[in-house]
Amino acid sequence: MKEESLWFIFINASLINNFVLAYFLGICPFLGVSGKMETATKMGAAVTFVMIISSMSAFGIHSFLTAINAPFLQLISYIVVIAAIVQLVEMVIKKMSPVLFQALGIFLPLISTNCAILGLAIFQTGKGYGFFECLVFAIGAGTGFTLALVLMAGLREQLEFSDLPKVVKGTAITLLIAGILSLTFMGFSGLGS
Amino acid sequence: MSTELKNIALKDAPSSTDEFIKGLWRENPVFVQVIGMCPTLAVSNSAKNALAMGLATAFVLVMSNVLISSLRNFIPKQVRIATYILIIATFVTMVDYSIQAISVDLHKNLGAFISLIVVNCIILSRAEAFASKNTVGKSAIDGLGMGFGFVFALFCLGSVREILGNGSLFGFMIFPESFQEWIVMILPAGGFFTLAFWLLIFNHYKLKKAKS
Repeated sequence: MKEESLWFIFINASLINNFVLAYFLGICPFLGVSGKMETATKMGAAVTFVMIISSMSAFGIHSFLTAINAPFLQLISYIVVIAAIVQLVEMVIKKMSPVLFQALGIFLPLISTNCAILGLAIFQTGKGYGFFECLVFAIGAGTGFTLALVLMAGLREQLEFSDLPKVVKGTAITLLIAGILSLTFMGFSGLGS
Repeated sequence: MSTELKNIALKDAPSSTDEFIKGLWRENPVFVQVIGMCPTLAVSNSAKNALAMGLATAFVLVMSNVLISSLRNFIPKQVRIATYILIIATFVTMVDYSIQAISVDLHKNLGAFISLIVVNCIILSRAEAFASKNTVGKSAIDGLGMGFGFVFALFCLGSVREILGNGSLFGFMIFPESFQEWIVMILPAGGFFTLAFWLLIFNHYKLKKAKS
């Protein structure tokens, strides 16, 4: 597995093992902010950005913790660093674009409890990736997350106009669509071989 | 500590039972509040995994609720979320190492999702919405109720997926050899479908109740 090319890592993280549709990471924002296309795109971008920075930091922390021989601190330090980064991103967005800040609302601080980001840090440690592999893995995962979010938002915008039975309205129909999306993404698994 | 808990539970019995039932049913974290989805979907491909994950989460939930509510007067308001996350992360690390000690197989099955209990929205939301405002006893019961609500929901998902996807329950075959497994149910897509199916049932009853 050490011989994975960077290109393969990217395809793997974004399509074959899509974080949302195959690993179920980041389902909360996936269900929460996928109502509108515009918010979905921006949320995707914010998550990708946080992913890249936190992946880099996680790589540094892991090397440091291995050096001082304290692996049990891994989880605690990851989560603290991620929370700090999210806080930073939140402040930057608030300053640069108050409109976007309003649109993302509660989901922006919730990025720090977004499993996709911590999951990314844990997976890359588990797989023993080097620095560039981590970077590509983070970009791939972010792209995959954005792709899933945007696809979902597009479908849900269409749903607004369709006549649904009352029983399936809300989360149920979103989950059914997610299931079908997940089935379609399984088609990508052929890419890996 | 359990006797102390029992005493507190007995003292204000009506509200405590109510607190417990609330998490289990009326405000069930998965089916009603729809939070904590990631582990719910990811590890519910067999009843055993689902149960183990549910119990691990319930343990963290109760312990962090107790600790946070006992410290609630000492934690400065500005850094409360960070403090909660630190407390939760500590308990999760404990659970992670304990599971590894108990069963390596189980640890391998659950994988990264044990660590991911940290970011389970249920725990942080209970800490913020309940434990930071209520007494230790009440918070413990709230944690217990929510925890069991989560276990219940995971078990609902896990058993359906294992029965249909593998023809077994807790590893015991319950269908004859000729049963054709629905492979899709143990794949990721099956998780989405099963949860959607349970939500449909819940919605159906809610609508029926609202009508009558």
